[in-house]
Amino acid sequence: MYNAKAVITGIIVFAVLCTAPFWAGMTGKDYKNTGIVLPADEKNCIEKAEFMRAEHMRLLNEWRDEALREENRAYVASDGKKWNISLQNTCLKCHSNHKEFCDRCHTANSVYPYCWTCHILPGESK
Amino acid sequence: MFLSLLLVLLIGAVAWAGSAAGFAPLFGVALPYLAAAVFIVGTVWRMVYWAKSPVPFRIPTTGGQEQSLDFIRQAKIDCPDTQMGVFARMFLEVFLFRSLFRNTQADVRTSLTANNGPGTVYYSSKWLWCFALLFHYCFLLVFLRHFRFFVEPAPLWVTWLETLDGVMQIGAPRFFMTGGILLVALLFLLARRVFNGRLRCISLVNDYFPLWLLLGIVCTGICLRYFDKTEIAMVKVFIMGVTHFSPVSAEGIAPLFFVHVTLVSALLLYFPFSKLTHMAGVFFSPTRNTANDSRRARHINPWNPPKQYFTYAEYEDAYRDAMAEVGLPLEKEPDKAAE
Repeated sequence: MYNAKAVITGIIVFAVLCTAPFWAGMTGKDYKNTGIVLPADEKNCIEKAEFMRAEHMRLLNEWRDEALREENRAYVASDGKKWNISLQNTCLKCHSNHKEFCDRCHTANSVYPYCWTCHILPGESK
Repeated sequence: MFLSLLLVLLIGAVAWAGSAAGFAPLFGVALPYLAAAVFIVGTVWRMVYWAKSPVPFRIPTTGGQEQSLDFIRQAKIDCPDTQMGVFARMFLEVFLFRSLFRNTQADVRTSLTANNGPGTVYYSSKWLWCFALLFHYCFLLVFLRHFRFFVEPAPLWVTWLETLDGVMQIGAPRFFMTGGILLVALLFLLARRVFNGRLRCISLVNDYFPLWLLLGIVCTGICLRYFDKTEIAMVKVFIMGVTHFSPVSAEGIAPLFFVHVTLVSALLLYFPFSKLTHMAGVFFSPTRNTANDSRRARHINPWNPPKQYFTYAEYEDAYRDAMAEVGLPLEKEPDKAAE
């Protein structure tokens, strides 16, 4: 092998960088579950849980547009039930524990929505 | 072109059908392990293979005046004659794609003012450089952003990267510019092959296939983020299981996620055996990494067989008597040589 020193250095750098997804995960904690705490007194969200898990951000975005841009505060869920479009009065009524509900998944997945630049965080002084 | 598109669609369809039919661990666990192993071993094998090939002579592609007399200015980067010059050239090549920046295009024009008639013009063409650079850097950033799924807690630098990437605050989830630019750049690189006649003529399946594969990866990725979402908290649990070598159940994750993973695995499997190895190959290109010093330093071909020398002294020893007989001048006369 020619230029063995440079080539072996290169191979080591390559191998270290390409296995990063594996060893980088070992540097932190393991992640077996989200550790999310569901509201105790309410079992059903406005839509099905599967839909809410995947699409809640889209729903919230649409709600913002409906409420603030269209002045429409009525939302009809897929099961026909009517809801008041309001983050603070509808969502946060049940999901009142921000730290143990929203943040559990958001922080783990590096999701930092800008809800709270306008809305007041639940539990904080108004 | 259509063949490679069909191939990518077929891979995607197989992954979709397979994971929907309950073979998700096959596409989400077994295939990525295999692909990562093949990718790393294959690329290292390629590097060792290249490193074993002797490069007996300096063969840099020279793009300017070589080192000459003192009053002739040398093109220090385009025709380097020192290790430092080679380093500068390689650095600019690897990080800024300098050889693409120097790209020119030739065109035949029916009327040129310069020669009052038809003629050929050469002009600088930076499109390929621009989109190639955008593609590679956006791809790097997109790869780095994925570390939020590999590390718990998500690293701070990933969050900074995402803040910067989504600084436009469009929609929810926030639109990441790198993803969009990546798609546009790939479409340009594809359109270039399709609409440029000369280029289409020399484009083969192994040119189109990586483009379609990357387009498939980018499209499924964008789709998973913005349109047909799957719950990323479960995806992270699943991926962390894979990277910690203790796979967990894939239940509840949309088949589209496995299409994404399968296409990435296909890319990794294909990588070491295709033109994509230019990632490692650029460092092994003798036309880039050799200094143009062939007139100053002697480079000996390593596979030359040992030479059979026959020196004049030996020659004279062998034929001395015959030479003396015909009266040729000798360095040692026969009577002296005998002593």
